[in-house]
Amino acid sequence: MPATSVTSEKAVTNVSKRRTGEFRRIVRVLLSRKLVVFGLVIIFLLLVAVIFAPVLTPYDPYKTSLRETLQQPSWSHLLGTDNLGRDLLTRLLYGARISLLIGLVVVVAAAAVGTLLGAIAGYYERWLGSLIMRVMDAVMSIPMILLALIIAALLGGGMANVMIALAVALTPAYARLMHGQVLTVKQNDYILAERAIGSRSIHIMLRHLLPNCLPQILVVMAMMLGGAILAEAGLSFLGIGITPPTPAWGSMVNEGMQYLETNPLMCFAPGIAVMLVVFAFNMVGDGLRDALDPRLRGTI
Amino acid sequence: MPGEDAGRAMEPLLRVENLKVEFHTERGTVAAVNDVSYDIYDGEIVGLVGESGSGKTVSQLAVMQLVRTPPGLITGGRVLFEGADLLQYPSKSREMRSVRGRKIAMVFQEPMTSLNPALTVGLQLREMLELHLGMNREASRERSVELLQMVGIPDAEKRVKDYPHQFSGGMRQRVMVAMAISCNPKIVIADEATTALDATTQLQLLELMRDLVKRLGVSLVLVTHNLGVVARYAHRVYVMYAGRIVEHGTVAQVLSCPRHPYTRGLIQCVPRPGLGDRPLISIDGMPPDLIELGSACTFLPRCPYREPTCEQEVLPKLEVVEPGHEVACHLVSKGSDPCR
Repeated sequence: MPATSVTSEKAVTNVSKRRTGEFRRIVRVLLSRKLVVFGLVIIFLLLVAVIFAPVLTPYDPYKTSLRETLQQPSWSHLLGTDNLGRDLLTRLLYGARISLLIGLVVVVAAAAVGTLLGAIAGYYERWLGSLIMRVMDAVMSIPMILLALIIAALLGGGMANVMIALAVALTPAYARLMHGQVLTVKQNDYILAERAIGSRSIHIMLRHLLPNCLPQILVVMAMMLGGAILAEAGLSFLGIGITPPTPAWGSMVNEGMQYLETNPLMCFAPGIAVMLVVFAFNMVGDGLRDALDPRLRGTI
Repeated sequence: MPGEDAGRAMEPLLRVENLKVEFHTERGTVAAVNDVSYDIYDGEIVGLVGESGSGKTVSQLAVMQLVRTPPGLITGGRVLFEGADLLQYPSKSREMRSVRGRKIAMVFQEPMTSLNPALTVGLQLREMLELHLGMNREASRERSVELLQMVGIPDAEKRVKDYPHQFSGGMRQRVMVAMAISCNPKIVIADEATTALDATTQLQLLELMRDLVKRLGVSLVLVTHNLGVVARYAHRVYVMYAGRIVEHGTVAQVLSCPRHPYTRGLIQCVPRPGLGDRPLISIDGMPPDLIELGSACTFLPRCPYREPTCEQEVLPKLEVVEPGHEVACHLVSKGSDPCR
């Protein structure tokens, strides 16, 4: 039959195209959306700031200069200076380091712990799973800021404790996501088939359940990075996160509040930085979700 | 039929005795498999026939201890294999794991979902070889290509690197067969392995499986609701209804002279081209609710040959009607055989 041979040939070329094209397809989907590209550009700029901060600016973010306080933007100080005469742009660049560091550590830690707990809970459905998920529900029922406040009150401020507080607050989200994923993936025949060839539970969990849940976890990580940065800024703004003189965006907004009328940039610059970065991560996370969503596969 | 008389004299490879599986649901206890006993001999192809929900799949999963507990529970019986009762081992024990895949392998119904979409087929094949045969990467890689060639996948060297979604249903099922035979098991259980495929692919796959089991000396259990498949490929057949075996014998015995009214009904509803305008007769009614099984014959409500006495008597037991042919029907045991 000529018809079938034509379709099978088509299928063969499709297959070879698809083999090389999976990564490229994801990139193409991401780049086809303006907002995602915008987000990627901001993230790129953020990375440049984080890596090259000492090269990009001649100033020290900590060194005060009482003769140059609250200056308006000029060529020597592009964003002006703050109430202690420190270059605002410099503090913004160094603040990006803090934000990204905390965001990454928090998200990775929460994802690692949450994914593990969720996987165990989904795999051992009976009392162990219920126990883990009830604890997660309990943690989730406490508002994140409140939880962070409690932890900060217990452990004190400082960067490490902010990370712990936020990681604890974000862990249940991953645990629930993973739990649901595992429960769904577990129903698949290939898990039964895997048991039917005599594999061990731990092997099934790591080799078969995890890879099938990973795309969703990655998407949530990308989206949560923005949330974590925002939460850190919020805590620092409230004064229980990163404390001055460390240049964190949140505490910079707080400091700037008192000088809203004399030098509004002191408040707005870090605020806008937080907004842009959170927006960028959310957009990229959204784009990633769409690109990795198997239901949309092949439509673009 | 090869090995038939010889097989009878030998010890069976697998002997299932009085297997019972229950499912505990909110509505009550479902007796999915009830007192099922059967033998599998070396090198033979055995058909296990019945409609959906008759306990075919569950009985096979129970043999492998793969029934999910809860809700399922194996409540009785023995599975004798290589001198041991498999049901004595805990489900996750080393002994049980070394039977699964290594000694008894399964091919499942849904080719679309039986392979992990996130891993290449080569990796999934290698996994099994490394797990059971202790092969290293190199050896298992070579062997997995060989296996794919054996099941007739063209361009096997390239195809091992492909993901399941790059294969058609029939090809995936071939991969599943390759996995099943990869560790030279004693028994392959094909659980409706061809049901989801179209007729031509089905035929190709069945031919392939028959050739392979013959070549490798494996016993094959064909779980199916397709009597045509059984007639063509199996040596012996067990007919299941409502969690029980109601008739078994050689394919010639059962198909040419079915004694149980249910088997007879099944045969009558298979279309056979070339036999004129024979009307297809379906079996009236529905399979019984396995939660409320009375003590009477489970087929009674649907039985076209029922007699008033059937209602008073308890469930019929399997009785020998001729050498190697057993039937569980009151009428047969009373001699007023409806099917004669």
